[in-house]
Amino acid sequence: MAKYILKRILQAIPLLLIISIICFTLIQLAPYNAIDAMTTPKMPQETVELIKAKYGFDKPIYMQYFLWLKGILSGHFGYSIVTHESISNDLIARIPATIVLVLPAYIISIVISIILGLTAGANKNKMVDKIIDGFCSIGIAIPSFWFAMIMIFIFGYKFAILPILGMNTIGVDGSFTDFLLHFIMPCSVLIIAFLPELIRYVRSSTISQITEGYVMVQTAFGSSKREILFKHVSKNVLLPIITKAGMALPMLVTGAMITETVFGWPGVGPYFINAVRGLDYPVIMAILILSSSLVIIGNLLSDIIYCLIDPRIKEME
Amino acid sequence: MRSRRIKNVIEEFKGNKGALLSGAFLIFIILISAFAFLIPINPDATNTSSMLQPPSSAHLFGTDELGRDYLTRTIYGGRVSLIVGILAMVISTSIGIGVGTISGYFGGKLDNILMRFVDIVSSIPWMILVTVVSIFLKPGLQAIIIVIGLFSWMETARLVRAETLSIKEREYVLYAVSIGESSKNIIFKHIIPSVFPTIIIASTSSIASAIMTESSLSFLGLGIQQPMSSWGNLLQNAQTNLQSAPYMAILPGLLIILTIYSFNKLGNVLRVFVEPKIAGGEG
Repeated sequence: MAKYILKRILQAIPLLLIISIICFTLIQLAPYNAIDAMTTPKMPQETVELIKAKYGFDKPIYMQYFLWLKGILSGHFGYSIVTHESISNDLIARIPATIVLVLPAYIISIVISIILGLTAGANKNKMVDKIIDGFCSIGIAIPSFWFAMIMIFIFGYKFAILPILGMNTIGVDGSFTDFLLHFIMPCSVLIIAFLPELIRYVRSSTISQITEGYVMVQTAFGSSKREILFKHVSKNVLLPIITKAGMALPMLVTGAMITETVFGWPGVGPYFINAVRGLDYPVIMAILILSSSLVIIGNLLSDIIYCLIDPRIKEME
Repeated sequence: MRSRRIKNVIEEFKGNKGALLSGAFLIFIILISAFAFLIPINPDATNTSSMLQPPSSAHLFGTDELGRDYLTRTIYGGRVSLIVGILAMVISTSIGIGVGTISGYFGGKLDNILMRFVDIVSSIPWMILVTVVSIFLKPGLQAIIIVIGLFSWMETARLVRAETLSIKEREYVLYAVSIGESSKNIIFKHIIPSVFPTIIIASTSSIASAIMTESSLSFLGLGIQQPMSSWGNLLQNAQTNLQSAPYMAILPGLLIILTIYSFNKLGNVLRVFVEPKIAGGEG
């Protein structure tokens, strides 16, 4: 088992390297680079050369890659072309805001989806299942930004009970109730966005679990339906949910791009969208490499967790 | 056999009002989009004397901030959204089937390499891919179709691969292998037909998600550009005018929801055709 985990970790490293190479190539392919951002056309050639030398742009391309990689490994992502701010500092300021929004929303969604999914799956084709499934079908079809707009219109404009922009009212820093008021709308939008898929997932694994032999055995032994569902079926359903949660790791950075943009939440979303609109390559690539690395690490984590908690895999080894 | 399957689908449609309505809605929306050119109003014609008009008999769904007829723009927008959805689905499903069956059937090193490739591609957020690709392509309809098609096949590939893995252990496939059938024949005659239910479900949901992706991108201003309209960029417009003209958010939003809902519903019903055993029950 330790061998399997080690093997997975060793497999993940080349993936990360390949992604870093793709990113670097994309930066090189971009129509202008960091030098163009730092220099002006009026500068004499020597000054430009000096700046190039200072940032290592006079070195051969593979050396530039290693310098860039070294920078990233030490947490240095370079500078934005547009604002000239350090990207690392910007990200450090913004990622916590995104986590504060996405993490509670995701946890709430998982809890709700397990309850609703098990209920729907156990009562397949009955009224309660049809209602839950109908909710999922509609939920999947609703664009999150549209739902956000409708909420803003109703609660922000019509009744004017919830603030529509940002994380705090300006000047009221540190007030928890103020934060909570700002938090309600984006969080509900995210929950509605996360729920349908998760519920479907739990529902369909519940349905397939219920036809398994162990359920029949339990029924034959006279266990109640509720007991079977929450004692036995839920365990088998939780297993894939845990792996799904591992894979959700990158969502802590990129999971709420659209919602954050609509609500002006000071997270990674608006930062990235602005960078995209302004073709701010260093920022785009920093977020690209960060989120892709998180995907790989998330997959690795979910594999390891799955391996640790599922006894069947242990036996296979 | 075949006619019984078709009968099953018809039966399923008869008994399932939701599916019937979904099908009717999709036909309706496709027809309207196809014959949009018959509408005597130019969707791009601006009229500064009637800006942000609420719905009236002259403009059934009002006008936007440049005085353009909103209903006409929405119909033309639907055309764009549907084209993006269907073409992107064709691209992504083809790639997905190819990669999935090859990876699942041959296994071993090839499988490992292909699946790691899938990991890499799916680990790059689509929004970033779109911007990078748009450096090389002129932004607009073609770019967005290619981008969505090229970067949304991974889920289909994974599903098809998983299905292939179990199908290739079935007796009839093992038998075909043992009598020396070529791999190509086995894939086309046995694997792909057996994976068909998965493909149908994956492709209807990928039309739906392509429409969703297109509208999200256009909503963020990264997709279809003005003056061309799509449901997404109509909603982007609607957001700017939310306080003064909330009705602008209603029509494109409802159309997106209904279209995506209908495609998903239709996918569920079509499963009856490919999986006769679930006929009668809810998929």
